[in-house]
Amino acid sequence: MEFLLNLTIYFPLLGVLAFLFLKGDNAVKWTSLVVTSITFLLSLPLLFNFDVAGSATPQFVTEGSPILSGLDIKYLVGLDGLSLLLFMLTTLFGPIVILASWNSVKKSLVGYYSMLLILQTASLGVFASLDLVVFYVFFELSLIPMYFLIGIWGGSDKVRATIKFFIYTLVGSLIMLVALIYLGYNAGAATGVYQFTADWRFISSPEYTIGLVEQTWLFLAFALAFCIKVPLFPFHTWLPYAHTEAPTAGSVVLAAIMLKLGTYGLIRVCMTAFPNAFMEFAPWMATLAVIGIIYGALVAMVQKDVKKLVAYSSVSHLGFVVLGIFAFNTIAVQGAIIQMINHGLSTGALFLIVGMIYDRRHTRMIADFGGIAKKMPVFAVMFMIATLASIGLPGLNGFIGEFFILNGSFFSELYANKAYAVIAALGVILAAVYMLWMYQRVMFGPITNKENEKLIDLNGREIGLLVPLVIFMVWIGIRPVDFTKYSEEWVDTYITLSEEKSITVIENTSKEDIPNWTARFYNIDENQSEYRLAHQGK
Amino acid sequence: MESPTVLVALIIGLPLLGFLINGISGLFWQSFRSKKSFIGTIANFAVFIPFLITVYLFLNFNAEAGAIHAKLFTWIDTGGLTVDIAYQIDQLSLIMALVVTGVGSLIHLYSIGYMSHDPGFWKFFAYLNLFIFAMLNLILADNLLLLFLGWEGVGLCSYLLIGFWYTDMLKSDAAKKAFLYNRVGDFAFLVAIFMIFEAVGSLNFDVILANLDAFTGDAVFWIAFLMFIGATGKSAQIPLFVWLPDAMAGPTSVSALIHAATMVTSGIYLITRMSPMYVLSPEVMMIVAVIGALTAIVAATIAITQYDIKGVLAYSTVSQLGFMFLALGAGAYTAALFHVITHAFFKACLFLGSGSVIHTMEHVEHKLHDKGKDVHFDPQDIRNMGGLRKYMPSTYKTFLIATIAIAGIPPLAGFFSKDEILMHTMNMGFGEFAGAMYFLLWGVATVTAFLTAFYMFRLTLTTFHGSFKLPKKVKGAENAEQYLHESPSTMTIPLWTLAGLSVVGGFIGIPNFIAKTFGGEGTINWLASWISPIAADIPLTLSIPAEWALMIFATLVAVAGVYTAFKMYGNDNQEVSDAKISSRFGGLYQVWKEKYNLDELYEGTVVHPTVRFSDRVLAVFDLKVIDGFVNAVAGIVRLAGSLLRYIQTGVTSNYAFFLILGVILVLSLLLF
Repeated sequence: MEFLLNLTIYFPLLGVLAFLFLKGDNAVKWTSLVVTSITFLLSLPLLFNFDVAGSATPQFVTEGSPILSGLDIKYLVGLDGLSLLLFMLTTLFGPIVILASWNSVKKSLVGYYSMLLILQTASLGVFASLDLVVFYVFFELSLIPMYFLIGIWGGSDKVRATIKFFIYTLVGSLIMLVALIYLGYNAGAATGVYQFTADWRFISSPEYTIGLVEQTWLFLAFALAFCIKVPLFPFHTWLPYAHTEAPTAGSVVLAAIMLKLGTYGLIRVCMTAFPNAFMEFAPWMATLAVIGIIYGALVAMVQKDVKKLVAYSSVSHLGFVVLGIFAFNTIAVQGAIIQMINHGLSTGALFLIVGMIYDRRHTRMIADFGGIAKKMPVFAVMFMIATLASIGLPGLNGFIGEFFILNGSFFSELYANKAYAVIAALGVILAAVYMLWMYQRVMFGPITNKENEKLIDLNGREIGLLVPLVIFMVWIGIRPVDFTKYSEEWVDTYITLSEEKSITVIENTSKEDIPNWTARFYNIDENQSEYRLAHQGK
Repeated sequence: MESPTVLVALIIGLPLLGFLINGISGLFWQSFRSKKSFIGTIANFAVFIPFLITVYLFLNFNAEAGAIHAKLFTWIDTGGLTVDIAYQIDQLSLIMALVVTGVGSLIHLYSIGYMSHDPGFWKFFAYLNLFIFAMLNLILADNLLLLFLGWEGVGLCSYLLIGFWYTDMLKSDAAKKAFLYNRVGDFAFLVAIFMIFEAVGSLNFDVILANLDAFTGDAVFWIAFLMFIGATGKSAQIPLFVWLPDAMAGPTSVSALIHAATMVTSGIYLITRMSPMYVLSPEVMMIVAVIGALTAIVAATIAITQYDIKGVLAYSTVSQLGFMFLALGAGAYTAALFHVITHAFFKACLFLGSGSVIHTMEHVEHKLHDKGKDVHFDPQDIRNMGGLRKYMPSTYKTFLIATIAIAGIPPLAGFFSKDEILMHTMNMGFGEFAGAMYFLLWGVATVTAFLTAFYMFRLTLTTFHGSFKLPKKVKGAENAEQYLHESPSTMTIPLWTLAGLSVVGGFIGIPNFIAKTFGGEGTINWLASWISPIAADIPLTLSIPAEWALMIFATLVAVAGVYTAFKMYGNDNQEVSDAKISSRFGGLYQVWKEKYNLDELYEGTVVHPTVRFSDRVLAVFDLKVIDGFVNAVAGIVRLAGSLLRYIQTGVTSNYAFFLILGVILVLSLLLF
């Protein structure tokens, strides 16, 4: 199984190697499809053999030896409850994005499909790595193929979009790198064995705690990087650009997989390693999340370009995920995790759908469409299902995530204010407004543009790549237990661990040792026993 | 699985199966779409068999053994939140299921004829079955979240069916409007669900209602209030009712099934289900009663001024729903449910009758087109009708019966249910909380009852009596009456069945005081005894003579309404009489006719400002300020770089100069 996990991660690279010996566009396309399909199949045994009850411990772990003596930086991969579903989502999307590009990409196919395959390995690597340096390497590696995908195969304003996307995310990443180095030395010192360690298992464990001052800065540095990636309001402006200029497959991977690296990082690192800062900053993060939910929805509402609309809707949807993460209780964090999957499925599907109509009409402007349902009934149904999933209709996946997140946020102790959940819930109304309005203008009414008379409905390939997504939308909607069970134990365990860890830190801190602002921010009084009593009482 | 579980699974599952068969086959196989008799049969049996099963369960229901619970599987299980896909068969859900599957079956049958020429026949029946599936989830659910699934599910079907003829932008506007107004209500409902879960840690009805003391007074108020807001969306009450009249854009059988008989009564069902909680908050009950009565009279006044046959019926529905909410607010849950049932009969009958009329009017238009005449008229406008009783006797007779029933003439169905509502409202006037308010509401309701009888007979008389106006009104439509015809039997059978039910439906709830007066046992009100384990009714304390007096008074009011209508509209003079009312009421009439300008109000104060703000402020802010800041940071970096490059000249002598400067600096620091 350990070998299988590694094989799954690196198998897509095999396709890139094969391209060296292949001639002809079809060979490249078919190789990519076969390779990603096999990757998906290879990942299935991981899912079936995953020990649900033990999801809090990484499974299928491969552990290399430290690359330098004293510096505990090592190849360390495995899957746990947090990463498993995202890992599976990534392998599922592999063949789908290949199929989505089948006829729409026509220039330098070898380069294009190589980039998609490398991106696949990089994304799988991020979710599987348990050493934070390895995590960082994959995190950065994923940027590069995306850079080329947008920069070479993108739309008219692709260069500007690429540079903005790349530099913006890179700025965040570099700040994270600094923090990571500090964290590594700090944790290394705590082991007593190494100078430096980036082993997440140690960093997240109860044995390792970080002082309040360091936690604050480390949290901010990591959170900034992740929030840019999410993107959380107000760090979101690169996203609409990148999405509109990216080729369909690029948008799909960006939305379905890469944005999740941000929210995933917030849980994986910020929640487990810096619990005090995490908890104190929660209301602030929730405020940004709620602003993002409403703001993203309102801006989405007035977009004239379908793709931009979907991009802004991502800002709104990922606001929900962040809100769930910082609510810091099992329901909300579970909601955040399942909502990451949901957003991948429904927004991924929406970008695919936009791509299909773009392939036919070479426009994405809402005003250019109208009355398409008549010409493309199957397309209309697929589009409708994705729309309904996106607006959180009960019975489909989106509702499950939103309901968990809102319900958990409603009684979150960290927020201690119903307003967060209530205002966020208004986003559910707004989502219906902008999605249904867009759907109506694109699909309903009479056909006013002659070009649209010639439209033909989806072909087998297009139906085939949407159907799996639709199946999962319905499946998660009516049997979410089949999915949430994988992370239940993980979330329970790490919420408890993080909470205990935060108490330990507070108990071991006295007012004299820390600067005034820290004491004020974390409410440190002279008398720590009161704090202890208050927390044990609940 | 035990046998009840299998039966419940069949009730729920068959409509879903019908939806899947017709929907998927129709979508992917062109040739399937023309197999209309097959499609119709599948769809009809998908509702009729569940009806038969429901009847079986109803007949075998053992009230002493209590509710039957049927769990299919676990839906949600995380962090202490456990929700099952599980159903509950009890007195309330059985009654509702009988109405939904019974009336649903009749309307499915009717639709075969009504939709026979539509190319979207397969789609229509797929949606209709999906609706029944969602509605059954709503009423049979044993927990709030599954109810909510049905609640939004019926909203979706309503959206799909209102916008069924989606190439017409106005129709798809109406569909969207229905969905969005409902969403506003659903938002409040959702917050209520969060509050309930926070208080009791479960969303199961049994658990919630068994732990009512776990809620604080404030929590009860807010939960009840928010759920009521949810109900005002689905059940079209002030302030969210404006979507329902527009919803008439859908096919008429949809209006009958969804927008009259079943879906719109979900709010009443919900509050009845939660009635033990509502009676704990007299404040919310009063709000419910006030909104109900207000909606009833507002909609009734609008109905007087309308010319669209379905429009009048739509406002009438809103008004009757208002009556039901008044009942809920008066603690008369049984009476509310009673009115749900009788209303389902007579209003479905009226809508199907109007469909039959519209069907024939459209037929006239098509025939005229076939004759090469370029004639266009609104087939729903009653000013083009008149005298139809000669040509469509079955439609006329059933329509008239249903009109008498809704007008509240004894002993038809509407009389008993409406009388009970009025009586309970009066009864609350003698209660401890806000008695004077309930007296006032009784007055409002009585006026509304008069208006109901009046506008319904105005509609019936204008449509069916007098002479056929179309040939005189529209040029080129001379002798158009030769094309008028009665509808086929698939349409008239449901009409007669519903008319029959409108006659006898009231007998399930004859007030007990009638029996008491004649020395009986005092339990002739079957419905009240049946539903008593569920509905937390506030008992009547009026004396028997007072009840008689109220009943007789209510009858007189209804008769007065009918009499006035006959006097004004009985002699083929609709236009003169409308003008007379208009001049009598002046500005007020304008307000009614313009529907109190609520649509314009919402558009002007909420919709347009939000869109304009988003478009002109937020979207610009996003581009100029937020992204502008990002670009400014990049600009500063670039500027710094362009300045610093002057140092990086590549000229060796410059570097040597800076080197020396550095050495001097360091030395000076060391020395001093």
